[in-house]
Amino acid sequence: MSTPGASTGAADQAGASTGAADQWPLWEVFVRAGRGLSHVHVGSLHAPDAELAVRNARDLYTRRGEGVSIWVVPADAVTTSDPDAKGAFFESPAGKNYRHAVYYTKSEGVKHL
Amino acid sequence: MTAPAELRRASEPAEPTADELAGQAAFDELIAADSRIEPRDWMPEAYRKTLIRQISQHAHSEIIGMQPESNWISRAPSLKRKAILMAKVQDEAGHGLYLYSAAQTLGIGREEMMRQLIEGRARYSSIFNYPTPTWADMGAIGWLVDGAAICNQVPLCRASYGPYGRAMVRICKEESFHQRQGFEILLELMQGTEAQRRMAQDAVNRWYWPSLMMFGPPDDESPNSAQSMAWNIKRFSNDELRQRFVGMLVPQAEVLGVTLPDPELAWNEERQAYDMSEIDWTEFHEVLAGRGPANAERLRRRREAHEAGAWVREAAAEYARKQADRAAELAGAVA
Ligand SMILES: [Fe+2]
Ligand SMILES: [Fe+2]
Repeated sequence: MSTPGASTGAADQAGASTGAADQWPLWEVFVRAGRGLSHVHVGSLHAPDAELAVRNARDLYTRRGEGVSIWVVPADAVTTSDPDAKGAFFESPAGKNYRHAVYYTKSEGVKHL
Repeated sequence: MTAPAELRRASEPAEPTADELAGQAAFDELIAADSRIEPRDWMPEAYRKTLIRQISQHAHSEIIGMQPESNWISRAPSLKRKAILMAKVQDEAGHGLYLYSAAQTLGIGREEMMRQLIEGRARYSSIFNYPTPTWADMGAIGWLVDGAAICNQVPLCRASYGPYGRAMVRICKEESFHQRQGFEILLELMQGTEAQRRMAQDAVNRWYWPSLMMFGPPDDESPNSAQSMAWNIKRFSNDELRQRFVGMLVPQAEVLGVTLPDPELAWNEERQAYDMSEIDWTEFHEVLAGRGPANAERLRRRREAHEAGAWVREAAAEYARKQADRAAELAGAVA
């Protein structure tokens, strides 16, 4: 194992203690594949701090030129919507098809519209 | 739960709650639609357990799987081969990490999985308990072991559990180089001296049957397969995948000029598939039970690496803590 990324397989926990407090925190990793593209979530990893998280992310997620930029975010800093409230939380598209261009049919045949 | 717990006998199963019933219905619907289950969705306990077991075993296999090959990094016959082998072993470490992450989304900690492995409580693919005495083993492992792994893993890219499928997509993209570099090692040996050809054939003889055993027991002795298929975790049966793999190997073996060590291997026109000899499952069960040639050695090595790395983990955590303290102090001084 020649790199930090490769060695973290064994390295999630400082010392022998089993307490969660001693575990390296979890980071979510986002990679920008190229200029002009947004950062996309690629996975997660454990690292003791942000600097090592970025280095480990490079070794783990960009070994074949998959990225030109990396973001790491502490996993517990992510707030998520409630998965059980899908229908209620996300505005129902039913009855609101006027938000789509295909709703407007009278202009059919008219060019550049 | 609706009934007071003390009024129910211990043997009586708990009544599912309304939440559980709704969760099960939503889960069944997603599975029936061949959609994906995501970490925060409700899922049956048995589904969660099955996945934790399968994904963690898979992760352990990638991690232990580094050993038979890292054994040859310092003795690779050229700088090019050394670089390739290091890249492959590094990939396997990455595969282990992707899979541990996927398992963690099901509620098990990585340190717990690590403990299960080094304490000998977890399983990993028994293929990695065979020794690698010659350079040709690097070729045979790439061609046969990674080849069988790919055959197994491609359908897993569509596994119903989202994080598992996504990890498999990433892994499969990286695996094809593993198989090709192994094939190339064998091809070069087969085009070499008589001794090199013998070495290549010998490695193929040793790895062929174990690689076929990687697909697991025959269908009629694989009790959990049906449930895994019903849950869309598994897409093809063990025997189907094994058959498919052999079908791919035969023409590749011809290109290599090696003989597959099965005298009964023959094309069956009627079945449109290859007939093959019975697999010696007693050997498989021996290795699985921890009595393989290198079981103890693999675990000892893993435990040693974990323990020898403790000071690095401690130092990194301590450095992170100090940096954080210093930043807090600075912020305090400014304020
Ligand atoms: Fe792998
Ligand atoms: Fe591989």
